[in-house]
Amino acid sequence: MTTPVSHMLLVLLAAFIGSFGGVFLKAGSAELRKGWMYLVIAKEPPFFNWRLAAGVAMFLLSSYFFVLGIRPPGELSVLYPMVALGYIFTLLWSRIFFKEPFTRGKVLGLFLIVVGVFFVGLGSK
Amino acid sequence: MSAPAADSARISDAPARRQPVGLVFCCTILGAAAQVLMKSGANHMANPGLLGMIANLPLMAGYSLYGISTLLLVIALKDGELSLLYPVIALTYVWVTVLSFLIFRDHINPFKLTGIVLIVTGVAVLGKGGRR
Repeated sequence: MTTPVSHMLLVLLAAFIGSFGGVFLKAGSAELRKGWMYLVIAKEPPFFNWRLAAGVAMFLLSSYFFVLGIRPPGELSVLYPMVALGYIFTLLWSRIFFKEPFTRGKVLGLFLIVVGVFFVGLGSK
Repeated sequence: MSAPAADSARISDAPARRQPVGLVFCCTILGAAAQVLMKSGANHMANPGLLGMIANLPLMAGYSLYGISTLLLVIALKDGELSLLYPVIALTYVWVTVLSFLIFRDHINPFKLTGIVLIVTGVAVLGKGGRR
C-alpha cells in the first residue's frame, strides 16, 4: 500500500465537508416550500438563501480536496471507501439535525452501498 | 409572487413518496454525464488557463450539468429524507463505470462488477424499505 496518509486525510476531509454540504442543502431546501423564488432569496437578513449557497460552496470545497487526495500516488482502491464514509457521516447528521430515524432498510442499504463503493475502488487503477 | 398561502400549501402537501428518490436517480445520471463530459474536455484541453477552460465546450457543459443536478437534489431534499437520498448519489459510480466502458473503453473487471451490483442492490433496499 503506497497511498500516503496525507492523501487519505485529504479524502476524509472531502467526505466530511461533503456530508455537511448535504446538511446545508437539506436545511436550505425547506425554504422552497414558500415558493420557487426562495431558491435564491430569503425574507430575513442576509436576504438570500445562505444555507443553499453554503451547501454548494461545501460541495465545491469537498471536490477540491477530493481531487488533491486522489492525485498520484493516491490509490482509488484505498481512497474510494473513505468517500463512502461520507454516507455514514450523513446518516448521523440526519438523525442529529433533522431527527430522521435510523431504520433497518437505511442501515442495510447503506452497508451494501459502502461495500459496493469499496469494490469499485478495488477494481479501479 | 401573490397568493403565497395557497401556493405553499399545494407544494408542501405533495405526497408522492417515491418522487424524491426518482429525482436523485436523475441527479446521478446527470452527474455521471457531467463527469464524462469533463473528462473528455480535460482530454482535449488546448491551453490550461481560465480562458482555455471557458472556451472548452465539453468542460462547460459538464459544469452546467452539475449545476442542474444540484438543483434537482435540492428539490428532492425538500420532500425527502437526507439520510435516505444522500447515499443514492453512489449510483453515480455505476453510471460512470458503464459510460467509461462504452466511451473510453475502460475495462470492467470482476471487482467493479461486484461493486456495481452491490451499489444497485443497496439503492434498491434504500428506495423500497428505507421508509420504515
